[in-house]
Amino acid sequence: MTCPPVHPYLVEALEKRFTLHKLDSVPDKAQFLSSHRDSIRAVVGNAAAGADAELIDQLPKLEIVSSYSVGLDKIDLAKCKEKGIRVTNTPDVLTDDVADLALGLMLAVLRRLCESDRYVRSGLWKKGVGFNLFLLQFSGKTVGIIGLGRIGMAIAQRAEAFSCPISYFSRSQKPGINYKYHPSVVDLAANCDILVVACALTPETRHIINREVIDALGPKGVLINIGRGPHVDEAELVSALVEGRLGGAGLDVFQDEPNVPEELFKLENVVLLPHVGSGTVETRQAMADLVVGNLEAHFLNKPLLTPVV
Amino acid sequence: MTKPIYSYLQAELEKRFKVLKLWEAQDGSRFLEDHNQIIRAVVSDGGTGLSPELMAALPKLEIVSSFSVGMDKIDLGKCKEKGIRVSNTPDVLTDDVADLAIGLTLAVLRKLPASDRYVRSGMWKKALYCEMLLYFQFSGKSVGIVGLGRIGQAIATRAEGFGCKISYHSRTPKPESSNYTYYPSVVDLAAHSDILVVACALTNETRHIINREVIDALGPRGVLVNIARGATVDEPELVSALVEGRLGGAGLDVFENEPNVPEQLIELDEKVVLAPHAGSGTEETRKGMADLVVGNLVAHFEGKELLTPVV
Repeated sequence: MTCPPVHPYLVEALEKRFTLHKLDSVPDKAQFLSSHRDSIRAVVGNAAAGADAELIDQLPKLEIVSSYSVGLDKIDLAKCKEKGIRVTNTPDVLTDDVADLALGLMLAVLRRLCESDRYVRSGLWKKGVGFNLFLLQFSGKTVGIIGLGRIGMAIAQRAEAFSCPISYFSRSQKPGINYKYHPSVVDLAANCDILVVACALTPETRHIINREVIDALGPKGVLINIGRGPHVDEAELVSALVEGRLGGAGLDVFQDEPNVPEELFKLENVVLLPHVGSGTVETRQAMADLVVGNLEAHFLNKPLLTPVV
Repeated sequence: MTKPIYSYLQAELEKRFKVLKLWEAQDGSRFLEDHNQIIRAVVSDGGTGLSPELMAALPKLEIVSSFSVGMDKIDLGKCKEKGIRVSNTPDVLTDDVADLAIGLTLAVLRKLPASDRYVRSGMWKKALYCEMLLYFQFSGKSVGIVGLGRIGQAIATRAEGFGCKISYHSRTPKPESSNYTYYPSVVDLAAHSDILVVACALTNETRHIINREVIDALGPRGVLVNIARGATVDEPELVSALVEGRLGGAGLDVFENEPNVPEQLIELDEKVVLAPHAGSGTEETRKGMADLVVGNLVAHFEGKELLTPVV
C-alpha cells in the first residue's frame, strides 16, 4: 500500500488475504523497497499516492496496481501498459456520493450553510446580532459542468431537479444530450452561474480553470471543484476570491493536500472540505470490496472486475 | 410595521404609505393608543404575526399583510370574524425552503460544517483522514415528508433527483402523488424513512407532531430535518434523543423559542446542523416576498382583489 492506510475496513480486508506492507509508515522507503523487491506483486494506491514510474522501476515483480479511487492521475498508465502491469480503479460505486457532494457544496456556498451554523453556535443569533450573510438562491441557477462523464451526468441529473438549466464543456459534444454545449471553458464560464469541475485530471486539463475562466465566471459566479486540485490555478483562485472578482467557491480538493491556502479561511463565501467526495461509509466499503475483489480475481487468474489497463 | 423586517420592504412601504414603526416606540401601548384611529394595516412576519393585544388595540385595522407563508401567529378565525383581511407570501419562497431542506440533509449526512471546520482549524494538516467524522450517503435513501403541500412537493421533486424513495404523511392522501407511498400515521412514516422532513403548517393538530414515539421510530441512523415551525417538534425530546444517540442526526432551521437554541444542540456540532430561520432568506426571494406584501396592500387600498389572500 503506497497511500496512507486511510480505511481500517480496507486494511483489514487486505491483511486477511495478503501480506500487506504499508509504505507510508516505513521510515526508509528506498531501503524497504530494495529489500522487498522480489516479493511485492501488487500495489494498492489512492488519490494521494499510486505507482509512478520510479516506483514501478523498483518493483520488478509488480503484476497489478489496484487503486482505491476512480482517478488515475497518480499512476503511470503508459509504463504499466508497457510492462504488462494490470491497473484497476473504483468507478461507478462512488459516482453518486461525489455528485451528492457537488450539490452539497453548491447549496452550502450559496446558502452559507457552514457560516449559518457557525452564526447560531456562536450565540450571535440569540444576542440579536443581525444575520448579515448574503444568501443566494440555488434553484433555477445555470449550472455549467466541465466533463460530462459518469460524475458530470449524475451532477446534471440532480441539478435538474432544482430546475437548474444545464450546460457543459467536454472534449467533444455528446450526441443525444439535451444540455447546452459550449466549445470552450471560458465560454461556459461566461454563461453559467455555477461552474463545476468534473473531468479527469490529465496533462490537458491541468489548470483548466485559469484566470481567464475565473474572470469570465465573475463576481457573482461560484466555482465547485470535486475533481482534482491541479485542475485549478490555485493562486489565481485565491486572489480572485480575496479581491471579490469571484463570487464564491466550494472546494473538496486542493493543489497540495492537505495544505490549503490560509487566505481562504477568513472568507464566508467559501466552503472547504478535506477531500471527502467518496467518503461515506457505504461507498468506502464498496470501493474497498472492489480493490480486494480485483486483486483476488488477478491472483486467481480470473477476469478483473474493473480494469483500466 | 411590527418589526424592522427588511430594509427594501420598509423603503417600498414608505414610498406609498405612512409607515409607523412599533419597535421604535418608547411605550408601545401608548404609541398604539395615540395612533389607533389612523392605523389601517399591519405588516408583520411569520415569527411575530398579529398578537391578540395588537389586534385589540387597532379598531381601524383592515388588513394584515404578512412577510411569511406561515400563519400560526395570526388568529385567522378572529380576523375573519372582524372582517380583517389577511395576506401572506406563498409560492415565491417554495423553492428556497425546499432547497434548504435538501441542503440541511446533505449538510447533516456529509457533515459539511464539521468538515469545513476540520480544514479551517488546521486539523487536516495534522491528520490526513478525519477518522472521527463518519459520513453517510444521501442518494437512494428513503425520504419521508410530513405535509405534502407546495413546499413538501418541492422537496420530494428534489430528493427524487438523488434517486431517493419518497413517502409522506398528510391529513389525507393525495391522489396526484400516487407514485409516493402514503402513511396515515407519522410513526409509520418515520419507521420507514431514513430522513424525515417536517414540511407542514403549524396548527393545533400539528403541534408536537414529531414526538418521542416518532423520534424513536426514526431511530439511531435516522435524520430529522425541520424547515417548518419549531413547535411541530417536541424539542426537549429531540434534544435528549440526539444526546443519547437514539436519533442519528438533525438539520434544524426552526426552534420552539427562537432565537434561543438548546445548549446541548450547540454542543452536538457533528451530527446536528443549525440555521437561524433562514429558509426563505435569499436576496431574490425576500425581494419577491416584499413585493407581494406591498402588492397586497396596494390592491386592498385600491379596492381590488388581494394578490395572495388567506382571509
